[in-house]
Amino acid sequence: MGKRKVPGINASSTADISFILLIFFLVTTSMDTDRGLQVRLPQPPDETQLQDPPKIRKRNSLVVNVNMNNEILITQGEKVPYVIPVTELRALAKEFIANPDNRPDYPEKHAEKLPDPFGVQMVTSKHVISLQTDRATNYDTYFQVENELYGAYNELRDELARKTFGRPFDECNEDQQFACRMFYKTMISEAEPRTYNQ
Amino acid sequence: MSKFGKKEKAEMPELNTSSLPDLIFSILFFFMIVTSMREVELKVEFKIPQGTELEKLERKSLVSNIYIGKPTRDYRAKLGVSSRIQLNDKFADVSHIREYIQDEREGLAERDKPFMKVSIKADVNTQMGILTDVKMELRKAWALAIVYSSTQR
Repeated sequence: MGKRKVPGINASSTADISFILLIFFLVTTSMDTDRGLQVRLPQPPDETQLQDPPKIRKRNSLVVNVNMNNEILITQGEKVPYVIPVTELRALAKEFIANPDNRPDYPEKHAEKLPDPFGVQMVTSKHVISLQTDRATNYDTYFQVENELYGAYNELRDELARKTFGRPFDECNEDQQFACRMFYKTMISEAEPRTYNQ
Repeated sequence: MSKFGKKEKAEMPELNTSSLPDLIFSILFFFMIVTSMREVELKVEFKIPQGTELEKLERKSLVSNIYIGKPTRDYRAKLGVSSRIQLNDKFADVSHIREYIQDEREGLAERDKPFMKVSIKADVNTQMGILTDVKMELRKAWALAIVYSSTQR
């Protein structure tokens, strides 16, 4: 048998074919990465909980009420409720959560066993930030309030991480981040919807 | 005369394009890997809020989307301009959310189910009433990890 010569396949159109595929993918895909504020909702309410709401001492509670005119009303402890702009909310929340000066009108501290580098510490884990909105509140205002509240926790954890581990929270390893999270536990509760002024 | 006279026409050497397909294929693969298919056609308009405390969503396959906003111009004549919820490809009611979440959860692998997240893409001018209803339904469906989609400020 003599060797027969196989003619070469003309591959000049492969480029065109792959161009068409490329354009197809360019059109049908989206490059943008999704970002957002991650929140954990409470478990579905059950009957017993509705009948008997957990009792919270006044000094431990910070009620943030956003009304239909997008004004932020703060009710804390025995103080007379007052309105603040959203820009001041973060500082107020930080002060409230950490209670650095051990003020009697801010959340009580009690000893709690924390993950390793901390050991037993005095923390304010009984505090509750309650966020209430009206059905006519603007979503943007609600989001900014939520953003500031989570920002307060994040800033406190970051400060703690810098003091304890000597580096920002983002650069800590998972155990260290967990420890910081346990030190300042997120305690934001969103009350069942209410309607005012209607 | 002899020096500047017409020479023989210089032939342009032909460009070798045999590596072009490989080049294009590598771009193609790059795009195939870094992108994901656009999943739905949007029927509502929304401008998501801006925040600072944002986290990146790593695995898009674990995320289910709920869109809330005004219907786009094509649907306005029929539906008006009040805020609507869109699940998958169609407009939906608050009562459909539980079913939607269950369907989405079924579609995930067993080990991924606890990590399911719901991304709420709502317009900044939406009223909270509709959002609290949505959140209540999500709680009842035990979809507790939610994300308020937003852009970095």
